[in-house]
Amino acid sequence: MGIKQDLLNPITKDETGIITTRLDEIVRWGRKNSLWPLPFGTACCAIEFMGVVSSDYDISRFGAELVRFSPRQSDVILVAGTINYKLAPVLKRIYDQIAEPKYVISMGACACSGGFYDNYATVQGIEQIIPVDVFIPGCPPRPEAIMDAILKLQERIEKEPVPRRGTPRRHEVVEKLRDNQD
Amino acid sequence: MASSETAQHDAIVADLKNRFGARIIDVDRSFGDCTIVVDKLAIHEVLAHLRNEKAFDLLMDMAGVDCMNLPSFRERFELNYMLYSVPNNVRLRVEVPVAELDMDVPTATDLWRSANWAEREAFEMFGFNFVGHPCLKRLLTHHEFKGHPLRKDYPIMAGQWCSSTSDMSEELNEPR
Repeated sequence: MGIKQDLLNPITKDETGIITTRLDEIVRWGRKNSLWPLPFGTACCAIEFMGVVSSDYDISRFGAELVRFSPRQSDVILVAGTINYKLAPVLKRIYDQIAEPKYVISMGACACSGGFYDNYATVQGIEQIIPVDVFIPGCPPRPEAIMDAILKLQERIEKEPVPRRGTPRRHEVVEKLRDNQD
Repeated sequence: MASSETAQHDAIVADLKNRFGARIIDVDRSFGDCTIVVDKLAIHEVLAHLRNEKAFDLLMDMAGVDCMNLPSFRERFELNYMLYSVPNNVRLRVEVPVAELDMDVPTATDLWRSANWAEREAFEMFGFNFVGHPCLKRLLTHHEFKGHPLRKDYPIMAGQWCSSTSDMSEELNEPR
């Protein structure tokens, strides 16, 4: 296999070329390094995201360069821009269509808190609609901040247990937590 | 060659005053602009006259104003038509005072196609009821939205959630 050993810390390789590891580790390793983003870009943050994907900043170094415009093919939805109440059901629906495991990055002031659009039309933070894993502050955030968010998400995926059949899905856990809060 | 905008304004104002008399409530000339305040009862006639006889072939925009708590105003709301004449290169603003208790205004969609969405926006933001409009429903806010957000007594922080998406079949099927 063309996997470098130093990338796979818990994985051991013996003389025969056979790799032994735990399933959880290899699944997490795969998930972590192939985050396919779905850019839900509605404003200037999406322009900033283009810069991050392109060669100057190049998020393919972190395995997250394969931008998909279909929720069925992506792992992480990157909400970049202002979300208004009219768009909220659309965002929720697209989030619902992403297969598990799915992650959410809220990029920029508008997605995180409504930003300076404190008015009748703008949702004051997308966490009111979908569970967010990483918030990126900024208006718009620097490309370094977006890369940092992807690294933070990777750290999180590294520690996350891989769900077994029958265990509650991630969004179910989040929704339950939220219900308890209310 | 067309005469200067000010001279054309003079001619238009004189003609309108002569034709519609007391229905022209006021004329405001400032900074080279000309605003004609028209009684609501005559607004459609005046607009039709401007379009058909004075070659105002373009309705650039419509704007509602909520005059609540302003020191001087005629009625609570006013509606502004921004007109432009391409052949004569002249702009004109037509203003209609609209009372809060009677928000009916005759539609201008039969004169300018661009009035369609402009009136829908004025309807959703202020609550003007455009009589005769082919499809008077909300344009920018969602279909479950209640109230008129640009009214000064609208609670601006009342976030109104939308639970479903809506198709645009009515808009798509509009005659072109």
